[in-house]
Amino acid sequence: MKRVRVIPVLGINKGRLVKTVKFDRPAYIGDPLMAIKIFNDKEVDELIICDIRASRESRDPDYNMLQDMASECFMPIGYFGGIRKLEQARKIFDLGIEKVGLSSAFCENPQLVSELAGNYGSQSVVVVLDFNKGIFGGQQLTAFSGTKKFKRTPSEAARMAEDAGAGEIVVQNISYEGTFKGYDIDLVHAVASAVRIPVVALGGASGISDFSKAIKAGASAVAASSQFVYNKNDTRSILISYPSQEQLKKELYASL
Amino acid sequence: MSIVILDYGLGNLASIKNMLRKAGAQSIISADPAIIAGAAKLILPGVGHFEAGMENIRNSGWLDLVNQKVLVDKIPVLGICLGMQLMAGHSEEGDVSGLGWFDARIVKFRQEEIGSLKVPHMGWNEITLKQSHPLFPDIHEEQRFYFVHSYHWVCNTEADQLAVTNYGYDFTSVVAKDNIVGMQFHPEKSHRFGLAVMQRFVQWGQE
Repeated sequence: MKRVRVIPVLGINKGRLVKTVKFDRPAYIGDPLMAIKIFNDKEVDELIICDIRASRESRDPDYNMLQDMASECFMPIGYFGGIRKLEQARKIFDLGIEKVGLSSAFCENPQLVSELAGNYGSQSVVVVLDFNKGIFGGQQLTAFSGTKKFKRTPSEAARMAEDAGAGEIVVQNISYEGTFKGYDIDLVHAVASAVRIPVVALGGASGISDFSKAIKAGASAVAASSQFVYNKNDTRSILISYPSQEQLKKELYASL
Repeated sequence: MSIVILDYGLGNLASIKNMLRKAGAQSIISADPAIIAGAAKLILPGVGHFEAGMENIRNSGWLDLVNQKVLVDKIPVLGICLGMQLMAGHSEEGDVSGLGWFDARIVKFRQEEIGSLKVPHMGWNEITLKQSHPLFPDIHEEQRFYFVHSYHWVCNTEADQLAVTNYGYDFTSVVAKDNIVGMQFHPEKSHRFGLAVMQRFVQWGQE
């Protein structure tokens, strides 16, 4: 049986748990610490905590909140958001969080990825690639919550991340985020086939059948947000959920 | 008398301390020989490169003391991930000698034998116990743990092998000899399965 990681992503903005659609209109979901306790009880494979506006607003990571979260979490945790310097990453690792994700910093200064990998090992550095439609068609790499564009195709950006020393890539199409229309499978395939490192699909998943499609397109793991915080994918009803081991075995692992 | 998590500059030590607290035990993260001398139990953590790990340990100032506590005084010691691998005699990673507490070697995953599987082996996997042990009393229990590694243990002495895990092929994922246990996965990041192992480590030798 092949196991793949299924990773809930929690969006944080100024200490509140939020959920966006296409990176826009952050809706208040609840208390992040409470959500993390529930995800811990549900024995999730791994967790990603993402401060969605930290880079855009040049804010430091909220170390106090992250420390409270890390002491409630007995699974691997990745933190994304606002990391521009080695020193910030070191503080995060010292809290008991083992991965940091770089998006804006990778686009502007890929050398930071190399420095982090050199000091803490590749497994501690995730590069987050957010794509959006370019003005002339095709996919364009973006950063700072989608507000800044870079001239890189998906396969170019993926190879750059791998060459810089990233241990993993998280890839998403911003126009799919929060829509429940499934992952951008072509994008997942383009990135996964360009590199040897594990690729994690994010953005748009509505359920286990989407996970299966992403893995078949070459992803090593899947991540999602909306479906784990909304009840039956209804954005009017908040419910923290996660599939049981039995469900994952029967509906996901068995399909691979 | 307490549990000391050995600090040699590599690895995620806070998460081990968090899990021990959850398991009901106080611990100290330290590289200070005066504190290590008073330890009732030791944890050798570690994430990263084998050669860098050995170099840091040699420069730590506590190696002779820890050898004494582990090999002569025989206090319980637990090696996690790179900390487990460092207990072997030799590693391909840097082609260097390890602590030599076990007759074993560390090798890279053989890509030609694992096919399309990616290295590092990253994610949750199961262990199959070959023998029972105070830390793993029920050899039939289904347990899963979180792994992240590119190199793995090969036993030269089969009696040391406590459990194997399959990733393309079976590799040694838990080893034990007398007062020493090593595990390739991260019990501190493995929910109730890791918590149970840590609780048993806390209780080990105290019945």
